[in-house]
Amino acid sequence: MTAPVVEPPPPLVGTTGSRGQARVAWAMLAPNLLLLGVFLLGPLVWAFLMAFQEKRSFGGGTWSGLDNFARLLGDDVFWRALLNTAVFTAVTVPVGVLLGLGLALLMDKALPGRGVFRTIVYLPIVISSLVTSLIGLLLFDETVGIVNGVLADLGLGAVSWQSDGTLAMASVVVMTLWSRVGFSMVVYIAALQDVDPQVVEAARVDGATPWQTTRRVVVPLLRPTTFFLVLINLIWSFQVFDVVYVMTNGGPGYSTTMLVTYAYDEGFGPARNFGYGATVGVVLFVITVLLTVLQVRRNTRSEV
Amino acid sequence: MSRPVRFLVCLVVAGVFVLPLVAMVVIAFTPRDALLDGEASLWTGRWTLDNFRGLFDQFPVARWFGNALLVASLTTLLSVTVNLLGGYALAKLRFRGRGLVVLVVLATLVVPTQVIMIPQFELVARLGLVGFFWAVILPSASTALGLFLARQFFVGFPDELVEAARVDGCTTFQAFRRVVLPNARPLMAVMTLLAFMTQWNDFLWPLITLRDPDLYTLPVALRLLQTAYDNDYGGIMAMALLSSLPLLVMFVVLQRYFVAGITRSGIR
Repeated sequence: MTAPVVEPPPPLVGTTGSRGQARVAWAMLAPNLLLLGVFLLGPLVWAFLMAFQEKRSFGGGTWSGLDNFARLLGDDVFWRALLNTAVFTAVTVPVGVLLGLGLALLMDKALPGRGVFRTIVYLPIVISSLVTSLIGLLLFDETVGIVNGVLADLGLGAVSWQSDGTLAMASVVVMTLWSRVGFSMVVYIAALQDVDPQVVEAARVDGATPWQTTRRVVVPLLRPTTFFLVLINLIWSFQVFDVVYVMTNGGPGYSTTMLVTYAYDEGFGPARNFGYGATVGVVLFVITVLLTVLQVRRNTRSEV
Repeated sequence: MSRPVRFLVCLVVAGVFVLPLVAMVVIAFTPRDALLDGEASLWTGRWTLDNFRGLFDQFPVARWFGNALLVASLTTLLSVTVNLLGGYALAKLRFRGRGLVVLVVLATLVVPTQVIMIPQFELVARLGLVGFFWAVILPSASTALGLFLARQFFVGFPDELVEAARVDGCTTFQAFRRVVLPNARPLMAVMTLLAFMTQWNDFLWPLITLRDPDLYTLPVALRLLQTAYDNDYGGIMAMALLSSLPLLVMFVVLQRYFVAGITRSGIR
C-alpha cells in the first residue's frame, strides 16, 4: 500500500491575478472599442479637424485656421438657430417632464382601464420620428390637414400652421411632446413603485392633504428620476433634428431652424460647406457637453 | 382628485394621445379624392384599399420590408453581442484605464449623429462600403447607449454568483458565459428591442449610404415617397402604417419587456 499522496489544491483558474483579468477585460471590450473608435470617435475627431478647414468636397480640404469660427460669430442664421434651439429646449424639457410626472401620478393608483390608458400614452415610443413627423404634416397641413378640417367643421377659420413661424414652431413642439411624454411617464411610474408607502402614510397621519403629500413628500423622493429625465430630455431637445427636418425643414424662413438642422444643411445641403457644417456641429457638441456637466454638477452639489 | 374625475381626465388624455394614430390609420384607408376635396376630416365614411394597392403595384414594398428586416436584425445581433461583452468588462472586471473608458463612452453618448455624418460618410466611402448593407450596420452597431445600459445592469449583478463560479473552477470568461449571461435575460430582451427599434426606424443614414433603390429599407422609401407624393396623404399614411406595423405588433406582444426594460436596465 502506498501512502496517499496529498495533492495541492488545483489553482483557481478564474482568479489568475489582476493581470490575467485585465487581459480578459480588454479582449471582451475590443470589438466594442474597435467599432466605437472607428465609426464614432474617429469621425468626431475628424469633425473637430474639419472645423478648422475650408472643405467643400470629399477628400480635399485646406487649413483655414479660425476662419469658420469668425464667420460663425457674424452669421445671423447661426444665432437664429441657437435662439430657436434654446426656445425649443426651454419649452419641451419642463413641459415634457412635468406632463410625464402628472400622468404617472394620475395613472399610478387603481383605475378602471388603467392599463389601456398607459399603453395609449406610451405607444408613440415605438412610432419612428419619421412617421411622427409625417403624421404631424397630415394634422397641421394648411390646406388638407386634419386640424384645420376639424376647425372648419366647428365653423372656425383655418390656422396658418405652416406659414406662420410661431405656429410652425408650436406644431413641432406638439409632435415632439406627443412622441416623448410616454417615456417620462413610464420612468416615473417605475420610480413611484419604489416610494415607500409607509412614508406616504406617515405624512397622511400627520395631517397632510393628498396634494401636500404629493408636493412635499412624493415629488422630492423622485428627485433622482427627475434629474435623469431632465438630463436626457435636455440632450434630446438640444439635438432635435428629425421632426424639424421632415415637418418644416427649418421654415418658414428660418423660424424653426435648429442647430443640428443648420449644421446638416450647411454640410449636406446645396451649400456643401463641409468645414462650416462641422463648425456648427462642434459648437453644438461643446454646448451639449457643458449643459450635461452643469446639470450633473448641480445635482451632485444639492445632494450633499 | 376623486376617482371619477381622474377617470375622466385619463379619458381625455388618452383621446388626445391616440388621435394622431387614429388619423394615420383612417387616412391610410380613405380614398385620395375624399382628402383632396378640402373636406379633410377623420370620418368620410368611405373606405378603400387603393392606397395600399397603389403602393404594391408601383414599388417593391416586400423587398424593402425584407431589407429593413435584414439590416435591423444584423445590426441588433452585432450590437447586442459586443455591448454585452464590453458592458460586463466595464462593470465587473478590474483593469487599468477602466475609468477612462467609461468616461469616453459617456462623452460619446452626447454626440449628435448628424454632426459626425460627413466624416462618417467619408470613412464609409473610403472603406468601399457605400452601396452595401454594411455601410448601415457597422456605424449603427457602434452606439454608446447599449454599452452603457449593459454596464449599468451588470454593476447591479451580485458578485457572489460570479465568485461562486470562479471557486468552481470557471475562468473569467466561462463565469460570464455560464452564470452571468443566463441571468441577464431581461437585459438582453431590452437591448434587443431598443437596438431593433432604433435601427428599424432609421432613415437618414441608410438614405445617404445605400444609394440603390433595390437596397432601400422601408423607412428610407417612406421618406422618398413623402417628397414624391407631396400631399397625397393616403399613400404616405399607408406606407407609414406598413412601416410602423412590425414595431406596433412587437410592442403589444412584448409590452412587459419594454416597460421592464426601462425600469430594470438602470436607465432611471
